[in-house]
Amino acid sequence: MTVTKTRAAPPSQGSVRLTGVSKVFGRGSSAVRALDNVSLEVPPGEFTCLIGASGCGKSTLLSLVAGLEQPTSGEVSAGGGHVAFMFQEPALFPWLTAAGNVELALRARGLGKAECRQRTKELLDTVHLTGFGQKRPHQLSGGMRQRVALARALAQDADVLLMDEPFGALDAMTRDVLHDELDRICAGRQLTVLFVTHNVREAVRLGDRVVVLSSRPGRVIAEYGVPIERPRRIDSAPVAELAAQVTDRLREEMGRDAR
Amino acid sequence: MPGNMPPPVDNSVPGYVEKLTWLESLEAPSEQRSRRLAARAWGGLWPIGLAVLIVLAVWQLIHLSGWKKAIFPGPGATASNLWHQLQTGLLWQAIATTAQRAIIGFTLAVLIGAVVGALVSRIRPLRAAVGSLITGLQTLPSIAWFPFAIILFGITTQAILFVIILGAAPSVANGLISGVDYTPPLLLKAGKMMGLRRLSLYRYLILPASLPAFVAGLKQGWAFAWRSLMAGELLVIIANHPSLGVLLSTDQDQADMSSATAIIIVILILGILVHALFSLADGAIRRRWGLTGSG
Repeated sequence: MTVTKTRAAPPSQGSVRLTGVSKVFGRGSSAVRALDNVSLEVPPGEFTCLIGASGCGKSTLLSLVAGLEQPTSGEVSAGGGHVAFMFQEPALFPWLTAAGNVELALRARGLGKAECRQRTKELLDTVHLTGFGQKRPHQLSGGMRQRVALARALAQDADVLLMDEPFGALDAMTRDVLHDELDRICAGRQLTVLFVTHNVREAVRLGDRVVVLSSRPGRVIAEYGVPIERPRRIDSAPVAELAAQVTDRLREEMGRDAR
Repeated sequence: MPGNMPPPVDNSVPGYVEKLTWLESLEAPSEQRSRRLAARAWGGLWPIGLAVLIVLAVWQLIHLSGWKKAIFPGPGATASNLWHQLQTGLLWQAIATTAQRAIIGFTLAVLIGAVVGALVSRIRPLRAAVGSLITGLQTLPSIAWFPFAIILFGITTQAILFVIILGAAPSVANGLISGVDYTPPLLLKAGKMMGLRRLSLYRYLILPASLPAFVAGLKQGWAFAWRSLMAGELLVIIANHPSLGVLLSTDQDQADMSSATAIIIVILILGILVHALFSLADGAIRRRWGLTGSG
């Protein structure tokens, strides 16, 4: 029995680990390599932003962590913890009210009726939708729908929260407020976040760390720690400065692609 | 704000988020509740009234032109015939019999169609085997089943019900199957991430998501059921058991055009009424889901 175990210790609850992950869609000549040998480790409680040009496999990476898809090679682990997913679209169930959507996530976890109702109320308060519980998704604005989606993701009481450009379709002011709320919510719980965006400033505004992916196939090409103290503002000088650095790195990468 | 109670949630700028939420709520699509029911009903009814008037006018003109005058009744003669028949117990008895068959047959068709649809949409091999067969059955004119049904059940109500079920159930099943098929993939992803699995995924996501397609299937199924029933009542005439089909058949034997036309009008109105019920259900779902064009 001389199997060499060079592997690191098992990942702890709520950490995300990708080891040499590749993902190929299709086969033969039409095969597309979306991710190429990506290794990434997100410790528990860290907020990591993934950034890259479109087509760099950011969304694929999240689907792999979520277990919605399987990697072609390599290993993906979410530390055995619960994973919640927030999409660019709110993906609310149109036949349920805002409260009903949140409540269903709680019921799927097997909570009792009274507890569901109580927790739903608390979660809607958390995302500042007190009094909007009985509205149907189509009666809410885009920002409010995305808040319901956030409340629903929080309802899953996950250790890992995956966010795929969740504020991409919102106007700047609404997005700004949701950034603040996300900060506040994450500060209050031990939540590991993997946040995909193509907005560099948003990544620096939110992340403890910013990971830059190359485009097709996606590869990790740079990582930046974000030492800026919270609360942050998206238009503050330190955020703009680091964002400029990251943007330069991205440009360099895209320039190489073009050649 | 010294001396004040701390706000329930800690924000860097108190009141800012609440204000923005309020602003957002103004931006949210507003409902058009103000239109009263009466106004809505009038909006739906006047085109129907106009259409009926146009048909009556054309009918009266043909009658006045003298085409087949001896046998072709005008609207007036037909209306008075209908009025007289409505005073007799026979027409009501016939309507009751036909309605009873329609209700029993359609209910059975919905039950069978829903069970078959649910099974076929869930079980992959069954899908491959039976899926196209159901579509085939849907296109088969159900009247073709009558010889088969009459040999099997004789001149009985069962023969009629059998054909109603074969006519309507495939549409109901197909409605459910297409609803399941077209459950938006994003919602499926969201449901799976929420931890909905197998039965709970069906109960809380796939079935509600397929409701609009299912109602569309019910609507089409009803149209097929009603046709099958009328064909059945003309072909399977059970003695001493008056139904709308029997009345029509008697009118044919007696060359009573006014009465035949009156009965056709009764059949038409009954079919439209039930169809309107399904449209109401369909509209209610669309409004609830925010699928109406204006929203």
